[in-house]
Amino acid sequence: MRYVLLTAVLIGAAALGGCAEGVLDPKGPIALAEREILFNATGIMLAIVVPVMLATLGVAYWFRASNERARYQPNFRYSGRIELLVWSIPLMTVLLVGTVAWISSYDLDPPKPIASSVKPVRIQVVSLDWKWLFIYPEQGVASVNQLTIPVGTPVSFELTSSGVMNSFFVPQLGGQIYTMAGMVTHLNLQATYPGTYRGMSANFSGDGFADMHFNVDATSPEDFARWVESTRSAGPALDKQTYADLVKPSKAVAPFTYQSISPGLFAGILSAETQSDEGPVCLIPNP
Amino acid sequence: MSLFGKLTWSAIPFDVPIVIGTVAFVAIGILAVLAWITAKGAWPYLWREWITSVDHKRIGVMYLALAMVMLVRGFSDAIMMRTQQAVAAGGAQGYLPPEHFDQIFSAHGTIMIFFVAMPLVIGMMNFVVPMQLGIRDVAFPTMNSVSFWLTASGVLLTNASLAFGEFAKTGWVAYPPLSELQFSPGVGVDYYLWSLQISGIGTLLTGVNFVTTILKMRAPGMSYMRMPVFCWTALASNLLIVAAFPVLTALFAMLLLDRYLGFHFFTVNAGGNAMMYVNLFWVWGHPEVYILVLPAFGIFSEVSATFSGKPLFGYRSMVFATISFCVLAYSVWLHHFFTMGASANVNAIFGIASMIIGVPTGVKIFNWLFTMYGGRVRFNVPVLWTIGFMVSFVFGGLTGVLLALPPVDWQVHNSLFLVAHFHHVIVPGVLFGVMAGYNYWFPKAFGFKLHEGWGKASFWCWFIGFHLAFMPLYVVGLMGMTRRLQHYDVVSWQPWLWVAEVGAVVVLAGIVCQAVQLVVSIRHREELRDTTGDPWNGRTLEWATASPPPAWNFAFLPRVGEIDAFWERKERVRSGQEPAAAPRHYEPIEAPRNSATGFVTAFFAVITGFALIWHIWWMAGLGVLGAAVTLLAFMFRPEGEVEIAVEQIAQFDRAHPVEVTL
Repeated sequence: MRYVLLTAVLIGAAALGGCAEGVLDPKGPIALAEREILFNATGIMLAIVVPVMLATLGVAYWFRASNERARYQPNFRYSGRIELLVWSIPLMTVLLVGTVAWISSYDLDPPKPIASSVKPVRIQVVSLDWKWLFIYPEQGVASVNQLTIPVGTPVSFELTSSGVMNSFFVPQLGGQIYTMAGMVTHLNLQATYPGTYRGMSANFSGDGFADMHFNVDATSPEDFARWVESTRSAGPALDKQTYADLVKPSKAVAPFTYQSISPGLFAGILSAETQSDEGPVCLIPNP
Repeated sequence: MSLFGKLTWSAIPFDVPIVIGTVAFVAIGILAVLAWITAKGAWPYLWREWITSVDHKRIGVMYLALAMVMLVRGFSDAIMMRTQQAVAAGGAQGYLPPEHFDQIFSAHGTIMIFFVAMPLVIGMMNFVVPMQLGIRDVAFPTMNSVSFWLTASGVLLTNASLAFGEFAKTGWVAYPPLSELQFSPGVGVDYYLWSLQISGIGTLLTGVNFVTTILKMRAPGMSYMRMPVFCWTALASNLLIVAAFPVLTALFAMLLLDRYLGFHFFTVNAGGNAMMYVNLFWVWGHPEVYILVLPAFGIFSEVSATFSGKPLFGYRSMVFATISFCVLAYSVWLHHFFTMGASANVNAIFGIASMIIGVPTGVKIFNWLFTMYGGRVRFNVPVLWTIGFMVSFVFGGLTGVLLALPPVDWQVHNSLFLVAHFHHVIVPGVLFGVMAGYNYWFPKAFGFKLHEGWGKASFWCWFIGFHLAFMPLYVVGLMGMTRRLQHYDVVSWQPWLWVAEVGAVVVLAGIVCQAVQLVVSIRHREELRDTTGDPWNGRTLEWATASPPPAWNFAFLPRVGEIDAFWERKERVRSGQEPAAAPRHYEPIEAPRNSATGFVTAFFAVITGFALIWHIWWMAGLGVLGAAVTLLAFMFRPEGEVEIAVEQIAQFDRAHPVEVTL
C-alpha cells in the first residue's frame, strides 16, 4: 500500500515537475505524438499492474499463517481455467500495446518527412569533441552549440559525427538519434511554438560530454530570415582550415556562428573519416 | 621498450587523494586480514578446506562471499556518483573531475553486472543445484574451482586498476569508437577487456558444467518434469551462458585486436564499423539479463512454495515460461539501440518481440500469486524479499514495455529514466532474489538460521531506500536529464537528485543491517541452531540431508518418484503410511580429490592479464606458460578421487540424524 501511494505521488509529481521542461512538455507535433503514446501505454498497463500489486499484497496478507478464517488448500496446484487466464492477460496486453508499437513505429519513423505545405529547412548536424556543428546548406551559414529554426516549418536533419558516437536530442521537439562517423542518420522535427528549448548529446562521448548541450531557438519565420541575414554579415568562414581547428577537442564552447560555408563540407566530413585507407564505406548512403 | 612495458611509477595516482586514500585503506584492510589469518594459524585450514576445495558447496559460498565484497565496492561507486550529481548543479563542478567520474560509472556498471550479480547467481546455483538434484557434486568439480578462481582473477585485475593506472572511461558497454585506441589511449579499456575476458572464460566453463550436470546427473527417478523449478531456471540460465558468452569473448577479442594489433573492426576509419560492436554486445547483453534473473525467479518459486506450505502453482506453465526465455532472449537485442537509425520495420518487430517477453514474466508473477493463494504464508525474511520483488518488479516491467515502444524509447533512451528502469528490474529481480535465497539457504550451509529482526530491518531499508533512490530518476529522466553527466546546468533537476541521494543512504543502512545480521547471527548461533536439517519444512531434496551437509551430500542417493518428493514422503510419514527410516547398508563413496589447479591457473591468469594490460610481453608469455603447465599437470594427475570410508559416513549419519530419509 505504502508502495502504491509512493508511486502515485511520484508519478503525479513527475507530471507536475515535467511541465517546466522535457518530454512531458512537448513543443512540436512529433514530441506531442510521442507523449501521447507514452500516456496511452502507461494507462493501459497501469490498469493491469496496479490490480496485480494490490492482489499480491491482499493475497499474502489474507493467507497469512495466523489467519484462522483463510481456508488452507495444500493441494491447490493446478487449474486449467486459471492457467488460461494467466497466459491470456499478459498476451492481450501485449497485443494491444504491440499494435500501438507497430503503428507508431511507422508514423513517427525519424527519417519520414513531416507532412506540411511549408518547404522544410535542411540542417546538417555534426557532433564533435565536445560541441555541435549545425550547417545550413541552403542558407549558406553554420553555427556551433546553437540551433536556430523557424516555427511551423519542418526541419530535416542529416546527422553524422566527426569521431565518437553521440546522440542528438531535443526532448521538447521529439526523440533522439545517434550520430556516427562515416554514416548519415536522418531525423525530422518541427517546433509549433516560439521559445528556447534545451538540446544535448544523450550518448556519453568522453570527458567533455557534460557540457555538450545547446539551445534551440525556435523563432518566427521572419525572425529566422533576419537571423540568417545577420549571421551572413559577420563571423568567420567555415572551410577546411577552420573546420580542422574546430575538430580539435574543446569543452564548454560558447555559441558562435560562421558567415559562410565551403560547399560540399558535410560530404567531405563523411568521406574524410572513411577514405583514409581503403576507400569510402557508407552503410547509410547520403541521399 | 622497457622491462616493465608501459608501467612506471606515474601509473600510481599519488596526486588523486580520493583514489590513493582508498587504495591505502584497502591495502591496510587486506594486510590486517592476512595478519589475523597468520596469527590464528588458519592458513593450512584455508588452503585445505576452501582454496583447494572442489566441493560445490564451498565454491558456492566463496562465490557469494566474493560477490558481497564487490557489492560494497560497487555500492561505494554508486553513492559517490549520487553525491556528485546531488551537488554538481548550476555552475558547480562537484568534487569529482570528469576523468574520475567517468571511471566511477564505468566501474560501477562493470562490477555490479560481472562481479556482483553474476557471482551471486552462480554462487546460488553452485550451492543449491546438486543438492536439489539429489547428487554429490557437479559434473566437473575441478573445472568448477577453475571457474571460480578465474572470476576472482577478473575481480582482482579490475580492482588493481585503482592502484595501477586507471579503469575504462567509456561506460560499462565500452562502445567504440570511444573505446578504440584513438580516443582511449590509456590502459583503462585494457583493464576492462582483460578482466572480462578472463572471468568470461570462467563463466563459460560454469555454463558447460551446469548444463552437463543438470542434463546427465540427476538422482535416480528424477525425470525432467520432477526437477525443482530452481533447477529448471538454472538449466535455462546456463544454456544462455553457453550460447551468449562466446559472443562476448569474440567481440572483446576483436576490440583487443583493434587496440593491440591495429586491426580495423570498429575503428572510425579504414572500413571499421562501430554498429557491429553495438549489435554483438547486445546479442550477449540481453540474454545476460535473463542469465541473471532466471535463477532469481527460481528462488522466488522455491520460497513462495515452501513458505506457503503448498506446491508451486502451475508447475508446467512455470517450466514452459522459463524455457521460453531461452528463445525469446535472442530476439530482442535491437531494443537497446532503437536510436541508431534502423528502419521502421526493424524497430517495430524488435519492439513487439521485446513486449512478448512480458508474457512469460506475467505468467510467473500470477503463478506466484496463486501459489500463495490457499496457503499458510509465513512472513519470514525470504518471503518479505519475495513480496517486495513482486510489487516492485511489475512496475519495472511496466517501464520496460514503455521502453520497448520505439517512439517512447527515442524520448527516454540514455536518460535517467532508462537508468531507473534497468535498476528497477535488476535490483528487485536479481538482488532481492539472491537475498531471499541467502536467508533461505543460509541454515543449510552453516547449520544455524540468520537473525530475523536484522534481516527484516535490512529488507525494509533496501526496499524503501531503493524506491527513494530510483523513483526520482524516472522524473528527471522525463525532464530530459541524460545519464553519465558529471555536472549539469539545469537547477530544477537538483531537488530530485537529493531525494535519490537520501535513498542511496537508506540503502547503505540496509547493507549495514545485513553485515550486522551476519555478525549477530554468528554470535547467537547456538540459539539459532537448526539440528533437523529442515528448518523451514522444505519441499526439495537439499532439506533431506544434514545442515551443514557432509562433503558427499547424501549417504544414499535419494530415489525420486514424484515432484516435491521430500515433502510427499514427509506427509506419508506423518500420516503413518510409511516408516520414517529404514536401516540401510552403507557403501564407500568416491569423492573428487582437492586440487590447487583452479587457484594456480588463476594466479597465472592474473599475471598474464596484468602483463598484457601494461605491454610487459615477457611476463605475459610466462603467465600463459604457467597456466598451460598447470593444466597439463592436472590432466596427467596420478589419481583424481579419494574413497570415503563406510565408517566415516556412518559416523556422520549417527552424529547428524535426519527425521525422514528418502
